[in-house]
Amino acid sequence: MKVTVDFDLCESNAICMAAAPEVFEVRDDDFLYVLNENPGAELHDKVREAAERCPKQAITLED
Amino acid sequence: MSDRRIVVAGASLAGAQAAQTLRRQGFEGVIELIGDEAHAPYNRPPLSKKYLAGEADYDSLRLRSMADPAELNVDLQLGRRVSGLDVGNQTLQVTSLADAATVEVSYDGLIIATGARARRLPGVDLDGVFELRTVDDADRLRAEFEAGPARVVVIGAGFIGAEVAATAREAGLAVTLVEAEEAPLQRVLDRDAGMAIVDLHRGHGVDVRLGVGVQRLVGEQRISGVELADGTVIDADVVVVGIGVIPNTEWADDSGLAIDNGVVCDATCLAAPNAVAVGDVARWDHPRYGLIRSEQWDNAVEQGSFGAKRLLAAWTGDPVEPFAPIPSFWSDQYDRKIQLSGVPSDNVEIVQGSLAEQRFVQLYIDGQGRPTGALTWNRPRQSMQARMLLDNDAELDEMREALGG
Ligand SMILES: Cc1cc2nc3c(=O)[nH]c(=O)nc-3n(C[C@H](O)[C@H](O)[C@H](O)COP(=O)(O)OP(=O)(O)OC[C@H]3O[C@@H](n4cnc5c(N)ncnc54)[C@H](O)[C@@H]3O)c2cc1C
Ligand code: SF4
Repeated sequence: MKVTVDFDLCESNAICMAAAPEVFEVRDDDFLYVLNENPGAELHDKVREAAERCPKQAITLED
Repeated sequence: MSDRRIVVAGASLAGAQAAQTLRRQGFEGVIELIGDEAHAPYNRPPLSKKYLAGEADYDSLRLRSMADPAELNVDLQLGRRVSGLDVGNQTLQVTSLADAATVEVSYDGLIIATGARARRLPGVDLDGVFELRTVDDADRLRAEFEAGPARVVVIGAGFIGAEVAATAREAGLAVTLVEAEEAPLQRVLDRDAGMAIVDLHRGHGVDVRLGVGVQRLVGEQRISGVELADGTVIDADVVVVGIGVIPNTEWADDSGLAIDNGVVCDATCLAAPNAVAVGDVARWDHPRYGLIRSEQWDNAVEQGSFGAKRLLAAWTGDPVEPFAPIPSFWSDQYDRKIQLSGVPSDNVEIVQGSLAEQRFVQLYIDGQGRPTGALTWNRPRQSMQARMLLDNDAELDEMREALGG
């Protein structure tokens, strides 16, 4: 799975971080960092949930 | 299960999410997703923000969960209204808005996701007065804003009213924001935080009137002014009414469901045998807070997923947990991102920043000294951290430590 974030859409509200903190982190500079662009299978459900929960629909997943 | 039929009533955020989840969970039967709007499922939050400002287009509103109903094998029926329900016989009445023809549809499973609508001012039928709930509302309002009205009056300083006021100000329009209470958002935040929102708007040049109700709207065919309870009349070319929402339940009044400010459900969102309710219409028995109804985006998504799984679990015999999320809400006004995790309490403690800086983390603490929520301004990371901590029943000290400066 490959994770990409459209940073033009992302508004750093950190909702993805609550769903998958292993993959998404909003730091004190208010920017979102993708910690792992190719998360392993054990994280796929969480990452899918993060993508669904992103209110800006900014996260794209490719299989 | 492949010969079963699940009907989802309401084709918006919670309903679309539920339909998608049914497929993800491997349900192979029929899914009918029935909605009374003419539009494919879309996202509402931008309607008071970027879409209203003209910075986001229609296509960007489209919900990705229902981007391709055919691929999900979902029978998406737009322009059709669920007009009746009999939970004993598991049947629905569905009425076409095009020709008013009504058919009966039977279901094996029902997901109720009919959401809420904007409350209107009673007895008002003047051009230039708007509520904001649908993309059609937003299109009309946007056209009015683009025509450059001399003054916009927003009635009600709740989140949607405040966001509309901010968007109108940023478009360079003169704005008056009228709130009947002494401070806005008293049920959702504390007084000081409500006043911080007032300061934010005043700082941007909004004329905010507090503690004064609206007596009547003035105008012949079209709005010309708003008369306040103290007799003042404010000239208005456009009025936006933001006085809350009403859950869409009338269609189920005679259904056998318990209806009381929403569809009343148990802790697992079950409203009747083989029927769940999700999103803004659902009032369920939350293990932490008792009966609550959410009006929050994130809840509609999470509950939509949960409700779909709950329905399937009734057939597979899988165990079901109560639906017990920590609530989470955001509102964008000017360059501020206001977020609430959990619920407010009477006691507050700012652990980082200050109201004056308009960037802070504030904890809500109950009478026993337990944290119940966190309000943040431009502190998104801390908002989500707070949500996770609250979910783990963190103590006050732990929250202070984790979220403090
Ligand atoms: C302008 C605006 C801004 C918002 N901003 C935020 C925000 O910043 N943060 C946040 O957390 N939340 C925000 N929200 C709230 C969020 O959008 C809602 O919580 C969410 O839309 C709820 O989704 P839902 O699917 O439960 O209900 P709804 O979105 O209300 O959808 C219900 C659907 O069912 C349809 N329907 C109703 N009755 C019937 C029937 N009998 N038959 C068939 N269809 C029916 C309705 O027409 C509608 O399409 C905002 C809402 C609005 C309007
Ligand atoms: S949830 Fe979406 S908008 Fe929010 S930080 Fe994550 S990617 Fe950005």
